[in-house]
Amino acid sequence: MTLEALSAGKYAAYIWPAYAVSLLGFAWMIIDTLARARRWKRKADRLEGEGEP
Amino acid sequence: MFSALANPARFMAFSRWAAPILGVIAAGLIGAGLWLGLNAPPDYQQGETVKIMFIHVPAAWVAMLAYACLGGASFVSLVFRHARADAAAKAAAPLGAAFTGVALVTGSLWGRPMWGAWWVWGDARLVSVLVLFLLFLGYMALRASIDDEAKGARAAEILALVGLINLPIIKYSVEWWNTLHQGESIMRAGGPALDPVYLMPLLLAGAGYSAAFGALWLERIRAEVWRRRATSLALRVALA
Repeated sequence: MTLEALSAGKYAAYIWPAYAVSLLGFAWMIIDTLARARRWKRKADRLEGEGEP
Repeated sequence: MFSALANPARFMAFSRWAAPILGVIAAGLIGAGLWLGLNAPPDYQQGETVKIMFIHVPAAWVAMLAYACLGGASFVSLVFRHARADAAAKAAAPLGAAFTGVALVTGSLWGRPMWGAWWVWGDARLVSVLVLFLLFLGYMALRASIDDEAKGARAAEILALVGLINLPIIKYSVEWWNTLHQGESIMRAGGPALDPVYLMPLLLAGAGYSAAFGALWLERIRAEVWRRRATSLALRVALA
């Protein structure tokens, strides 16, 4: 990517916060989704093991 | 296909590989879209702020897509009493809220330099998208506020169905009312009004955001399936 592409001129104060908010939104969605899936899978697996005779 | 995926074992087997594949596709499409978008020339009217369009518009598209999924899954759950549909509705809500939140904030960051205002209460597009955000939050709050999980799900699903009326209001708000928000420029009679130098990155980012929603939605439905399995196993262990 060229440095020219990253220079947003006088609007940089609006453009880069918008990108930061999008990045944070995606980061939250990915982390929360994966953590939730991992937590419940582990719990279900553990309980399945406990339930076995 | 949908009836096949209604089977829990088949759904878990399908989503196990579909979610990561969609995630990789999403990363590639979003990366390509933003690369082209950030290298696009400044717009003659918007200047460099056109760069915000490549993250704002796809977020708004996917916010509406997420609500359509929430409404559709709620309908199937209410009518057919299908557990997977209820899990799908529950899984779509937080993702939809996040995409709507991103669309609102990035839109505000575009509006300040272009319109001279962070927010305009008289603008039908802005207010209808805010209503969409509140519908997602309301769905989650209503579900969580009722102790009986089944009753909470039913109440929230009815709210989700009522809220579907907001989707055409968002879509046509720029035609039905005078708004500051620009009119339809992609899906309109006579073809897109955007120059290909902006249209291509926008479509790539839009497809990427949609794929990302698909990947995250599938993974959250899997988490909900495991949660329900764990809850029922915990009950069985407690009763044994």
